[in-house]
Amino acid sequence: MEQRSAARGDQVTTTTGETKTVTINMGPQHPSTHGVLRVVVELDGERVISAKPVVGYLHTGIEKTMESKLYHLALPCTDRMDYLNPMGNNLCYSLAVEKLMEIEVPEKVKYARVCLAELTRVNSHLVWLGTHALDLGAMSMLLYAFRERELIVDIYEACGGQRMMTSYIRIGGLAYDLPKDFDKKVRNVVNTIRKRMVDYETLLTNNQIFINRTKGVAVISAEDAINWSLSGPLLRGSGVNYDVRKAQPYSGYEKFDFEVPLGKHGDAYDRYLIRLTEIRQSLRICEQALDGMPEGPYRAHVPGVVLPPKEDVLFKMESMIFHFKIITEGFKAPTGTVYQAVESPKGELGMMITGDGTNKPRRVRVRPPSFINLASLAKLAEGGLFSDVVCAIGSIDIVLGEVDR
Amino acid sequence: MKDAVREFLTTNFSEFLVQEENFRDLQSFTIKADGLISIIEGFLANDQLAVNHLSDVTAVDWLDHPEEEKGRFEVIFNLYSIKNRHRFLLKVRLPADNPTIPTLTEHFAGANWTEREVFDLFGVVFEGHPELTKILTPDDLEGHPLRRDFPLTYEVPHFSWNKDLPPEVIK
Repeated sequence: MEQRSAARGDQVTTTTGETKTVTINMGPQHPSTHGVLRVVVELDGERVISAKPVVGYLHTGIEKTMESKLYHLALPCTDRMDYLNPMGNNLCYSLAVEKLMEIEVPEKVKYARVCLAELTRVNSHLVWLGTHALDLGAMSMLLYAFRERELIVDIYEACGGQRMMTSYIRIGGLAYDLPKDFDKKVRNVVNTIRKRMVDYETLLTNNQIFINRTKGVAVISAEDAINWSLSGPLLRGSGVNYDVRKAQPYSGYEKFDFEVPLGKHGDAYDRYLIRLTEIRQSLRICEQALDGMPEGPYRAHVPGVVLPPKEDVLFKMESMIFHFKIITEGFKAPTGTVYQAVESPKGELGMMITGDGTNKPRRVRVRPPSFINLASLAKLAEGGLFSDVVCAIGSIDIVLGEVDR
Repeated sequence: MKDAVREFLTTNFSEFLVQEENFRDLQSFTIKADGLISIIEGFLANDQLAVNHLSDVTAVDWLDHPEEEKGRFEVIFNLYSIKNRHRFLLKVRLPADNPTIPTLTEHFAGANWTEREVFDLFGVVFEGHPELTKILTPDDLEGHPLRRDFPLTYEVPHFSWNKDLPPEVIK
């Protein structure tokens, strides 16, 4: 470690003897930026004087699109923001609309949603683990992480028929009932991943190269983390105990027993340990959700707001009328603003929905954790080595689809 | 906590306070724009309330709605107290022509990008912001897309069979 800090003090001296800084572009097409992110880096030799992220290359106006759609038709837009966390985004939007319309969902729906949201967290963390390790030079980790992720997307496929853009969690419940072998499949995944977590630890946690690349790199203090409005593993890595699942429980999280891991040093290695522990805790929550899963309907019975189950639509007159009315003209929401936060794998994902008395939202604001966390890259990369910029981007855990929306 | 925040605002800043709402259990205060900085500084200096996390800055455009008479743009500051686990909104109403509001970047580093986003998508100017430029939309786009009078359009993509035709935008 001493050698590194010495290297940081070096300055570039040109042949004429004067010191110069160099400004270079990293991206938008760069493998370590996880999409189309451009970072303008000002360098003094290997040392970063300033790093400025430039975003917007993937901006598709999702918030504007959602304003022009009926409430239940805006839901598929949410999958496409953070595409590694589709269930979490669906959950956040559904909970926000349910809060606006004062819908109470059945117990079974709550448990199923928790189970799916936690599986999604594992999914997202696995992809992060693979790509982050790949950025730092550990190729094989990517292959292992994607092998495990395959098991989870298989469950999505069994539930909603889609592997990535699931749109499975809907306003008032779920799109379809859970598949018959859901319990068996999830338990299989939980046991497999729990066993293989040991392998990841052997590969990375005590790996000297990995430790050298991440320990003491991209450090942010607790005060700075709060001041930069950070959330998720980035905030908890600095030792601030803020997890939306504990602080403001939603969808019945208060009934589950799990721990929130906290870091001490606020560096990339602490964030790695936190995400690994979070995978373990998520698997625990999944098991508890399966154990406590009650029987019951998979959708709330709120005529005129929540779509009736398809099997009723085919045989019951009232259900068919309500189905037709919701599909063609939707439902009218009251004037007012609600805010619903959920703990997405990246941090606090919030949906602020403003109704205006019509059947379309006046405004859907997504609080994107990736976007707000990415702003702190300027702080994380400052004063470090150029190769640590890659580590800093990786440890923030961004999805550019959510950053730009 | 709701009472503590209300009491803090009514005792110290009653001249700036316009209205309190509790819609669906979410506390929100509408305040005047010139009182924003002193209210935020008051919150930051108060260790008991410990309101230190500016979760989000956003805006709502109330064009062609009865709410518009209070001011067309509603800028919303989403504040959270990590210690007390309490969230509330500060809302500021701005007129349709020349909407300006002081920036919070000196108090919260995280406000930098969220305020730029509101500027880019709504055209609300944050006075004193160190770098108030476009962040999401392309440099050559005119207007502010999240304003209600900005039309939803569809631009026909260019392929080999229509590459010689002029760009076509369907409204």
